[in-house]
Amino acid sequence: MTATTVTPFAAPSLPTVHTGDAFGLSHLDTVESEAVHIFREVAGEFERPVILFSGGKDSIVMLHLALKAFAPAPVPFTLLHVDTGHNFPEVLEYRDRTVAAHGLRLYVASVQDYIDDGRLRERPDGTRNPLQTVPLTEAIRQHRFDAVFGGGRRDEEKARAKERVFSLRDEFSQWDPRRQRPELWQLYNGRHAPGEHVRVFPLSNWTELDVWQYIQREDIALPRIYFAHEREVFARDGMWLAPGAWGGPRDGERVEKRLVRYRTVGDMSCTGAVDSDATTVEAVIAEIAASRLTERGATRADDKMSEAAMEDRKREGYF
Amino acid sequence: MTEAPTGAPRASGPRTAADTLRLATAGSVDDGKSTLVGRLLHDSKSVLTDQLEAVEHASRSRGQETPDLALLTDGLRAEREQGITIDVAYRYFATSRRRFILADTPGHVQYTRNMVTGASTADLALVLVDARNGVVEQTRRHLAVAALLRIRHVTLVVNKMDLVDCSEEVFARTAAAFSACADALGIERVTAIPISALAGDNVVRPSERMDWYAGPTVLEHLESVPVGADPRTEAARLPVQYVIRPQTAAHPDYRGYAGQITSGVLRVGDRITVLPSGGASTVAAIDTLDGATTDTAWAPQSVTVRLADDLDIARGDLIAPAAGAPRAVRRLTATVCHLGDQPLFAGRQVLLRHTTRTVRAVVAEISSRLDLEDLSERPGTDTLRMNDIGRVVLRTAEPIALDGYADFRRTGSFLLVDPVDGTTLTAGMADGPTTGEGK
Repeated sequence: MTATTVTPFAAPSLPTVHTGDAFGLSHLDTVESEAVHIFREVAGEFERPVILFSGGKDSIVMLHLALKAFAPAPVPFTLLHVDTGHNFPEVLEYRDRTVAAHGLRLYVASVQDYIDDGRLRERPDGTRNPLQTVPLTEAIRQHRFDAVFGGGRRDEEKARAKERVFSLRDEFSQWDPRRQRPELWQLYNGRHAPGEHVRVFPLSNWTELDVWQYIQREDIALPRIYFAHEREVFARDGMWLAPGAWGGPRDGERVEKRLVRYRTVGDMSCTGAVDSDATTVEAVIAEIAASRLTERGATRADDKMSEAAMEDRKREGYF
Repeated sequence: MTEAPTGAPRASGPRTAADTLRLATAGSVDDGKSTLVGRLLHDSKSVLTDQLEAVEHASRSRGQETPDLALLTDGLRAEREQGITIDVAYRYFATSRRRFILADTPGHVQYTRNMVTGASTADLALVLVDARNGVVEQTRRHLAVAALLRIRHVTLVVNKMDLVDCSEEVFARTAAAFSACADALGIERVTAIPISALAGDNVVRPSERMDWYAGPTVLEHLESVPVGADPRTEAARLPVQYVIRPQTAAHPDYRGYAGQITSGVLRVGDRITVLPSGGASTVAAIDTLDGATTDTAWAPQSVTVRLADDLDIARGDLIAPAAGAPRAVRRLTATVCHLGDQPLFAGRQVLLRHTTRTVRAVVAEISSRLDLEDLSERPGTDTLRMNDIGRVVLRTAEPIALDGYADFRRTGSFLLVDPVDGTTLTAGMADGPTTGEGK
């Protein structure tokens, strides 16, 4: 055992490790490899996994990774979308086209159905995002899904930053942050009792910029609302919202045409557009790199409801 | 609404994995870990406007005059209410020199297991000490964990220097006590930095109040420590995760073994052994995630390997070079950190999760417990309680291909899992054995 040398006054002069270009790995290759490892762990350990697929960029990247993880065999997972009834038509069209192109099976849990038959009631503020929790958890129970992939990233939000890659949920889909399993090395413990399931987040260690740079590198097609386009919008609570049957604009809210794009894609009632002239992936990357606002801070009203909005929704079973 | 760039552009960061530093913080309650992390993020301009506004708003509503930067990482309701960190938070930031994945871990003794979680993948540990208190039992516990997990770089951060008049003597005394402790635990090299996280001294900006300190700031240190291993110096390991067998018209005979290479380099033509069965073959092809084939792949790439011979291989098997494969064993000794609420005792039936393999096992013996007061091994114990570190002997129902943790972090580590409710009980670091060949 060598003696410890304390160097309080200078940086340590450890030899630099040269892996050489030949045996290095790019950052995107590293996070890709980690995500693929997670997909394969789930395929190896679970009976009925499902990928939550909304047609948003994170779920599109997830599906792309899953396709690569099992090639040349097909993806051994089904897809599930919780449709709020207020989704962007361009996104639903993209969703259906993608599912068909890969010969996948898609389940849709519809918030509108729940409202129509009285199992859910519309909120006074008109936003349907929080209403997704019930159809989601019931679909999980009904189809007996035991692993549910979500595109959540730890960089999105401070409660998400606390989530494990494998996140155990009880039979009510509840997340208990105080009782999370320790998660060491890359050993993911997915054991669960009947009725429980595991939420799995393969993109945990990705940032928004990683996602976009990966989309660029892999040349992945996205719904066009991610790119700048002229659109009718109106201002509410500091965001540009798209008018629609969901309940906007109200009296006194003026619709105007603006050049905008979306950074996240969710329910129309709470997802805002940003002013942008970025029409290509390259331009979007440049715009995000210079932005001083986070993705959610810029465009998601549901996270602004309270300091713990995300945590509270996750406790109830939301992603 | 308009996203006008108001500050410095966010760096997109460097491009290679060797330029990513994974680090974990450790320290006792109230040593200021979350504040340090907040300060690091804030002063390196990694906090965006809306996050800062949220923190300012929350701080004001709590009656605080200055923004409480700890609120940037204490993301849970209970954490903000109690002002303590309960669980690991992961933060991502980049400077022009390096990318960082930071695990902000709890200091409270009852959450030591979460510190272990955050530290298990770290290249560097930042151990915080309150300058007024010096090295305390929690410091020794955190150092012990860092030593056991073989974290390559351990950095002592003496915080709250402003509360000891920025005294060089206090700092030197703390660094000496820390180094004696690190020495006893076999940690070869530590760096010590005096800071005030609250005021920002020596975190990102050099302190004017501590002109006697000529070393790097915390950020400079993090940007300059060497990381990354050369896979050419390690023996290859490929735990089989999943067998890909499309059985389609296009691929009627395709059979590939998918997995992440956990160490070393794998090449087409390599003679390999499949463990634990001992079957032998040759690497015929390596398929990459690009849908192409390659002659050479290395850790930590996820690949699919095809072999020259038809062997019976399933999830849980290990592919390793014939020269330099581990031995498959049914009895192992290990250092463990017990994480579960229920104690671990000799005779307890457990599941042992090692790479992609899970086997039944029994705790044959608990040999000793580490005394964190004097860092001595205490024999004569038969139970490990939550947060205890000890030495154990395990017997497994089936052989497992185990490496020593000292040389192989991935194939030398394991978990013990409760067979009844699936709880993760214990984290283990195996002694070996290895053949010694290939490394």
